[in-house]
Formats: sequence, C-alpha cells, structure tokens
Amino acid sequence: MIFEGAAWAIFLLPLASFVVISLFVRPFLNQYEKYSGYLTILAIGAAFVLSIWALGSVLGNEGEIGWEAHSWLAIGNLEISLGILMDPLTAILLIVVTSVSLAVQVYSQGYMRGDPSYSRYFAFMSLFTASMLGLVLARNIVQLYAFWELVGLSSYLLIGFWYNRPAAAAAAKKAFLVTRLGDVGFLLGILYLFFNKEAFLSQGLNPFEIADINLIAHGGEVAGVQIIALGSGVATWVAVGIFAGAVGKSAQFPLHVWLPDAMEGPTPVSALIHAATMVVAGVFLVARFFPLFESSTTAMNIVAVIGGFTAIFAATMGLVMNDIKRVLAYSTVSQLGYMMLALGVGAYEAAIFHLFNHAFFKALLFLGAGSVNHASGTFNMQYMGGLKRYMPRTYVTFLIAAVSISGIFPLAGFWSKDEILVGAWNHGGTIGQLVFWMALVAAFMTAFYIFRALFLTFHGEFRGGVDAENGSQSGGHGVHLAESPWVMVAPMMVLAVPAVVSGFLANPLNTAWGLGIVPTHWFSKLLGNVEFISVHPEPMNLVMAFGSTVVALAGIGLAYLMYYAHKVSPEKVAAAIRPAYNAAFCKYYFDDLYEDWITRRGFYKGVAQSTDWVDRNIIDRIGVGIGFLGRNVGQVIGMLENGQVQAYGAGMSIGILVILVVFSIWN
Amino acid sequence: MTLHDLYLLSPELSLASLGMVVIILDMVLRRKGVLAAVSVVGLLAPLAFSISLWGDLSGEPDGQMVGIFNTLVVDKFSLFFKFLVMGIVALVVMSSVEYVSRLRQFQGEYYGLMLFSASGMMLLAATTDLISTYVALELTTLPLVALAAFLRDSRSTEAGIKFLLLSAMSSAVLLYGMTLTYGFTGTTQLVEIFERLGASLDATVPFGSHALFLGVIMIVAGFGFKIAAVPFQMWVPDVYEGAPTPITAYLSVASKAAGFAIILRVFYIGFGEISLDWAALFAVLSAVSMTVGNLVAIAQKNIKRMLAYSTIAHAGFLMVGVASIAARVPVGETTLGPSGVLFYLVAYAVTNLAAFFAIIAISNRTGSDMISSFAGMGRRAPFLAIILAFAIVSLLGIPPTAGFMGKLYMFSAAMKSDLAWLVVVGVVNSAISAYYYLKVIRVMYMVDPEGEEKIHVAYAPQAALYITALGILALGIFPGPLMTVAEKAVAVLFR
Repeated sequence: MIFEGAAWAIFLLPLASFVVISLFVRPFLNQYEKYSGYLTILAIGAAFVLSIWALGSVLGNEGEIGWEAHSWLAIGNLEISLGILMDPLTAILLIVVTSVSLAVQVYSQGYMRGDPSYSRYFAFMSLFTASMLGLVLARNIVQLYAFWELVGLSSYLLIGFWYNRPAAAAAAKKAFLVTRLGDVGFLLGILYLFFNKEAFLSQGLNPFEIADINLIAHGGEVAGVQIIALGSGVATWVAVGIFAGAVGKSAQFPLHVWLPDAMEGPTPVSALIHAATMVVAGVFLVARFFPLFESSTTAMNIVAVIGGFTAIFAATMGLVMNDIKRVLAYSTVSQLGYMMLALGVGAYEAAIFHLFNHAFFKALLFLGAGSVNHASGTFNMQYMGGLKRYMPRTYVTFLIAAVSISGIFPLAGFWSKDEILVGAWNHGGTIGQLVFWMALVAAFMTAFYIFRALFLTFHGEFRGGVDAENGSQSGGHGVHLAESPWVMVAPMMVLAVPAVVSGFLANPLNTAWGLGIVPTHWFSKLLGNVEFISVHPEPMNLVMAFGSTVVALAGIGLAYLMYYAHKVSPEKVAAAIRPAYNAAFCKYYFDDLYEDWITRRGFYKGVAQSTDWVDRNIIDRIGVGIGFLGRNVGQVIGMLENGQVQAYGAGMSIGILVILVVFSIWN
Repeated sequence: MTLHDLYLLSPELSLASLGMVVIILDMVLRRKGVLAAVSVVGLLAPLAFSISLWGDLSGEPDGQMVGIFNTLVVDKFSLFFKFLVMGIVALVVMSSVEYVSRLRQFQGEYYGLMLFSASGMMLLAATTDLISTYVALELTTLPLVALAAFLRDSRSTEAGIKFLLLSAMSSAVLLYGMTLTYGFTGTTQLVEIFERLGASLDATVPFGSHALFLGVIMIVAGFGFKIAAVPFQMWVPDVYEGAPTPITAYLSVASKAAGFAIILRVFYIGFGEISLDWAALFAVLSAVSMTVGNLVAIAQKNIKRMLAYSTIAHAGFLMVGVASIAARVPVGETTLGPSGVLFYLVAYAVTNLAAFFAIIAISNRTGSDMISSFAGMGRRAPFLAIILAFAIVSLLGIPPTAGFMGKLYMFSAAMKSDLAWLVVVGVVNSAISAYYYLKVIRVMYMVDPEGEEKIHVAYAPQAALYITALGILALGIFPGPLMTVAEKAVAVLFR
C-alpha cells in the first residue's frame, strides 16, 4: 500500500526537476544542458513508477485511499486544506500523465537536439508535468484551481517556446486569454460555493473539499447521516461554472479556437499537453465533480450537447486542413467533445476509458507528425507524400494509431468509442438520440480525415517538403529524407503498444480477451469504486459494434478513393460543396468573429476607448488630485516634525487632550 | 520567593546574565568577534528554559503558572513572545557583526544592552500586575536609549536624548493612568481589576466611569508611545534616523512586539468589561496611524525615516486586530483578532528585519541612507536587492508573503467584528503605501548605479538575510502552523 509521502513525491519529483534545472543548470551549468533532459526523464520516470504503485494500491484497496487533509489556511471557521485525493480516477490519470510524459521526454531528446534553449524546454516540461500531476492529485477545489492555472501557465510558456516567432507568441497569448475566459467561469463557480458556505458548514462539511461537494450534491442518507442536498439552482450554477472552466481547457465550442493555433509550439509539447494531458483536464474536471453534475439535469444536458456539437463541428474542420498538426488538433477537439458527450449522457466510465485510450494513440499521432516534420521540414501535407518509403517505422506506428482512432476492431479506439455510442443510445430521450447521431457522424469524419492525412503524408510521390513550400531559395537544407533517430522512434513504438491493446486489455469483455489475467470489465469496475458513482459495464452490443465499424470503414474507404486511388477528385468534391467547404476551411469564421468583431470593434473601439476616455479625463484627474493632496499633506504633517523635543512633548499632550475631548463629545 | 519562582523567571534571568557575561568577556578578550558568537549561542540557555517551561504547562490544569507574589505568569502567551524576542535578538546580533566591528569601543556593551533590553521585553509579556508592567517597561526602554545614542555623533546623541526625554514623559503619563485605575479599583492586579470593574460601572458614562475614562486613555497613551501609534509617534523618525541601523531594526520589531503583548494582556484581561469603549478608541487610533504614517512616508527621502513612518502605519494595521474585540462580546466566538496580531507581529518581524538587514549591508558600503543611493543595486548587489524587494512586497502585503497573510487575518478579524469601515481604510492605506514602497524597487532596478563596485556580504548577516527571507516565504505559503500556535497562545486572554 502506497504511503502518503510517496504520493506527494509523484508531484514533487518533476517539480524538483524544474527547480534544479531553472535555478542551477541553466544559470551555472549551461554547457551541460543535456543533463537537463536526463534529469527530467529521471524525475518523470520515478513518478511513473510511483504512479504504478499508486494504481496498484488503489486496486488493492478497492477504492479511495483515505488520507487526512492538511490544514493550509484557516480563517475563522472556514478552513482551506491541502492534501491528496487518491481514488481510482486519480490513479488512472496519474498513469496517463506520467507514461505519456515519459515517452514524450525521451522523444524530445531527439526532437529538440541543438535547440539553443534546450534546458529551458525541459524546465518548462517538468513544470508542466508537475502542475498536471498536482491538478490530478488535488483534494480541494482551491488547490485544484491553483494547479489548473499552473498548467495554463506552462501551456502558455510552451506554446510560445519559440517566442521570437510572431505566430508562436500570438498563439501563446491567444491560448492564454481564451482559456482564461473559461477559468473566470470556474472561479465564479468556486466563489458561488463560497457564498453558499453556510449550507456546508452547518452540516460540518467544508465547501472547498471535493469529497464534501460531491457528498452534498448527492444528498440523501449517507453512512447513516441525513445530508441536506444543495438547492438545485445552486448545484446547477456551480456545475455550469466548473464546466465553463472545462470548456476553456478542453477547447470545447465556443472556446475551441485556441487549440489549433497552439500547434505553433514544439511538436512534443503538442503531443503531451495539447493531445494527451492538459486538454483532458476539462474532462477530468467534470468527472471529478460528476455527482455534482448528475444532481442537475440541466448541467448534464449542457455538457452532452456542447460535447456532441463540438465532436462533429471540429471534425468538419479537420476534413479540410492541409497542416497535419492542425488536422490532429481538430481531431483532438472532436475527440474531447466525444468524452464530454459521454459524461453528459452519464457514461462516466466510457468517457474516462476513452480519455485513457485517446491519450496514447493521439500522442502517438503527434509524435508521428513531429517525426515526419523532422524529415520533410514542413507540416503542410501538400508538400509531403511518399514518406512511407523513407520512414517505414514512423509509417507503421502512425498507421496503427490511425486505425485505432478510427475505431476499427480490435484496436483501442474501437472499444471506448463503442461504449460511448452505447451509452448515448441507452440514455435515450431527445438528448440521447441527438448526441448519438452526432457521435456517429463524427466517427465517420474521424476515419476519413485521419486516413486522408495518412495517404497525403505517406503515400504517393514526395512533393518536395519545405523546399517546395518556400520556393527555390531555401537551397535544399531542411529536407533530409530518412527515418528519425531511435531516440524518437523508440517512444513511438512503445506508445503503439497501448494504441493497440489498451482497449481490450484494460477493459476486457471476458477473461479470454484479458489473457486470463485481467478480470472482465476491470477498468469500469475500478472506476465504479468511487463514491456516489455507479457504472454499468455492458456486454458488447453487436449491432452497435457492427454499425460503427461499417461507418468507420466507409470513412476510410472514401479517403482511399479520393487520396490513394484518386478515383474521386478532391477538387471536384470541394467544388461541389463550395460554400460549406469554404466555411470549414475558414474555420467557420470564428477567428474573425472573435478577433475582428468582438475584440477589435467591440472591445477596443467600444469598451476600451470609452474607458480610456473616462480614465484620462476623470480617473486621472482625481488621481492627480489625490497624489497632490497626499504629497502635500504628508509634507505638512512632516513639517510638524521640526526636531524640537519640546514640540514633540507638546504634541503628545495635545494628542491626549484631543482624544479626551473627542470621546467625551462622542458619547 | 521560592526556587520555583526563580525557575519561572529563568529565561529572563539567564538572558540578563548572558548580557553580563558578554560585557565581562569584552573586558578580558582581545578578539571582539567572539562576542557576537557568545551572544547568539548563549541564547540557547533562555531558549532551553523557555522550552522546558512550555513543556511544564501541559501539566497545569488552567495552562498557567503564577509566581513572584502573583506579578508574573508563565503561559503560552508570554512564552510565544519570549521565543519571538529571542529570535529577533539572534537575528539582529547576526546582522550587527560587521557594523559593530567598526566601533572603536564598547562592543560588549552593545550586545549586553541589547540582551538586557530583551530580558525586559520578555518580562513585559509575562507581567500580570501594573507595577511590574511599569518596571519591565523601563527595563526595556533604558538600554534602548543608551543604544540609540551609541554612535555618540551628533545625530545619534540627539536621538538618545530625545528618546530619553519623551519616554520619561510617556512613562509619567502611563503611571498617571495606572494610578487612576488603582484609585478606582483599589488593586494593581489585572485579574482583580477585571473582577472589581464588573460591579462598579456606570453604563451611561464612556468607559464606565470618568476616572477610568481618564485612566484608560492615559494608559493607551503610554503604551501608544511604545508601539509608535499616532499621536504618540513623533519621536519615532528622529530616533530611527539617528540610532545605529541595527538598533533601529531591533526597535522597530522587538519593541513593537513587546508593546502589543502588554496591550493585549492589560486590555483583554484587565479592561475586558469595557472592551467596546476601548476597542472604538483603538479603531480610531488605528485608522489615524495608518493614514498619517503612510502619507508622511511618501515625502521621505531617507530610507530609515521612510521605514520609520512605515512602522507607524504598521502599528495602525496591528491595532486593527486589537480593536477586533467584538468577537468577545457574544462570548468568545473567535480569537482571530488577537491571534492575528501575534501572527502579524511575527510576519512583520521577519519582513522588516529582512528589509533592514539588506539596508544595513548596502549602506555599510555606500555610507548613505538616502533612497537615491540605492540606485542600480539590482546590478551592484543582486542578492541584497532581491531580498529587499521581496521584503518590500511583503510590507506592501502582496501574496505569497507573510505580510499578505498578516493583513488577511487582520482584515478578516475586523470584518467579523463589524469594522468594515476600518477594513476600507486599511485597504486604501495599503494602496497608498505602494507608492513609496515601490519607489525603492524602482530606484534599485531602473535607475543607473552610481558606481560599479559590487557589494559583498559577510557570512553571518547573509545567514540572517536567508533566514528572514525564507521566513517571509514560508509564512506566506504555510501560515497554518504559526496561526495554530498563536491561537493557543491567545487562549489565556479569553478566560
């Protein structure tokens, strides 16, 4: 059984790596910068081992390991605690974060080689990993919020890692501001909890403890004590506030615009932060407060519809992008929508299962894109092609991940996608029907765009890479058509294993699938060991499995016809649906709406200019007046300080007299 | 007087003896560097006694041990201040090493007087009787007067004389107030004062009686002088400027801590019956002190004078906690006011000491106390500049520093006591204080240095800087443990 110190170490080790790299290696030992990478790998590797231990202990304990909260700050009868919440959800997320992070750090050794800011990169990566682990481990909503902001900060730092590129700097700023919009909602949710603290305190609960929030949301008789539930209005607003934070971080509609731009960061960063871990923090957040969400039908329906719409909406943009990383970015947004949708229809275990599987194959896809970029120098698929011949290992791993995300039996993606579809179908009602069909259409698109990317990148003839993209003047450097070094390929091969097996091995339908070792529905049952959460592991629905496979194969087939066999001309298809194509290609003009209309015209011209006028003409004048008053009153009182000791004595006596007179009159 | 009484007094006695040992050693030894080391290491004796006393307290049913004819009490409250004073003395001695080594003579007396004064402060926190309060107060002040005049140049001498005359006057006022109280109640024991007040108060008169009204205000004036509250603050800038800088640092934190210790004890225990009256008085003094201190600080060009006014403003912030007594009126709902004061005193001690230590180290080299002479210290002395900047951030009350937490507790206490107007005054004052505090940071980082010479710091002062800076950060991030201890300490005030 893991002890609490070891659990803290999971988060403290990467933090220590960040501190050591940024305070010692970078200022003093920069010539030994390669040790920054080793140090990061060592710290995260150790955290990975501890996470396995944690998972094992949670399994052995059949649920949460109950550790005490440590008092951090107490004001009156309100206490804010620090501590670790180690339940199955935490343990699973720990495994996802540390394992993907470890693979990505190893890969980065190759990808970032020779970068002038090599140490800074690993310092930020350590900081990110530490913050993400802290987020997952938090037992208190305030603590969680602090790490929530810290992952946002590290994401900002890493998107803008090459800050001398204007596009990267702008993307970092955009990501930060857009996610902040959601975070404000999250903060408002926390404040609303605070305003309703009496409902908690009167029952001996703490309004900031996650367990207590879920307990009070659940209400009813728990462990022999009658708990008075929150009013449904309160629960709904708190849940909506929390969901706003999740929408920002998980890039759900309408705050999805930052994620595609975030691809300006180094590709391993995209793989770790913007595919496998940070963006799923939103899903994690909703899952963390699932009993709260479940207590409000309105909140659940909002989650389901936003998720379902995002899944299909983002997928349409993924169909038409030419930049491989942007295709993957929209794919991520769409898959996150899938998970949200699952949560919204109450398929808790399916959402987390998909999160788990998605982390591996999506990270793998990104690492593949990075590997391809290593050879061709570009991310634009119009200048790739034929890379299969030069980079066979990258091709195979990318293919595995593509089949997996398309949801083809028996790879990982198939199982979790299927559970989500079953969950939506079983949920029934208008909402269930609506999101089910949305999810099914999104599944078709997913298969299509990912195989479109695969064919454009790896098949056909090579179309010149970065040289062709920049015209003739780039002079041939940048393109070197060869397989990436082992330090990059090996992590991809490692990730390819869970991309194949994490579906049937983690949550097998029967013992045969689990190789006789893993019990049936192991993953779902593990998740079901969280308080107030009930899971309904179901046998495979054959009709559904067959139907969704047909849909996925149809998507792949269409991509094959258009981009491999060239039986259908993509240009003609595009021309046939020109308005829709253009709209998707221009991202439905959301960037224009936000940046031009809302920000530039509405905010700069409208709000900012009028407040500027008020500021200049009213506030500043008052400010100048007060400043003048302050300086001069200060000087006048200071003048009383004339150095004469008899004056000081007199001052004291007069002071006493004034107090006496004032108080006599006052009373 | 029994042996047990001596044991109760042992921290004070051993501290005073340590002072004498240092003075004797000064006469015998040629290497004066040893004196500072002896002073710091010697503190282990009173420390050990205090720890032992803390341990013995757990065996006492009412959590206190009374001795010496009921004039002295050992409880967690007094021990809290003993630890605080010892900590401050140790840090100030460490930071004085370089400063003192340049004195031609009386190095032993410098440390000795500081230790004597510290024993007075410890005693002050432990008295339960007005007469012994007065004696302890004088034991605290007189060595400080000598220390203020220690440099014997014109400014320092002037500071000493002013301090002597004005503290004599404040003592007279204080004694007059005590006399009136004695006249009204017939006792000098705080507990008995409390008991006798209950029966004889007239609700229609402020403070329950005209004599008591006069007496309490006189006592407030006498203590107000110690803690540098407006309008009893006029000595502060001149004395702070003239005194040796380490002594200024000592004065600003230790003297203030002892002053608040006795204020809390006398008013919460002795005058608990008329708490609403004096709480209003402290609330008003608090608002006036904050405002005057901050406004005048803006106009200062000398950093020691600026910090003198800043300390007046902080006395105002601390009085917010004293005034937050309303919690007691519907019996003892929360102890946030006084326990917040204790927290704030520790936070202010580490913060102000860090600032002063950095200033000492810098002005030792530049030979100037003007704010303009700190130009470019960000480059000339990066280590000192960052700590000074950090201390300033804490003085200003920005997280994650001790100063922020202190203000948070103060203002929370005031909100619970329906003193919202005082919180508004406090917050506005925090904003005003940003003006002069941040000016120092601006000068250090944005103005070009006058010279290029780097400034180095000796080991002992460097260690003191590290300890205080860590203290600021630690209290800013983990205020819980100290607050728990503070709550235990103030429990004796609520019986």
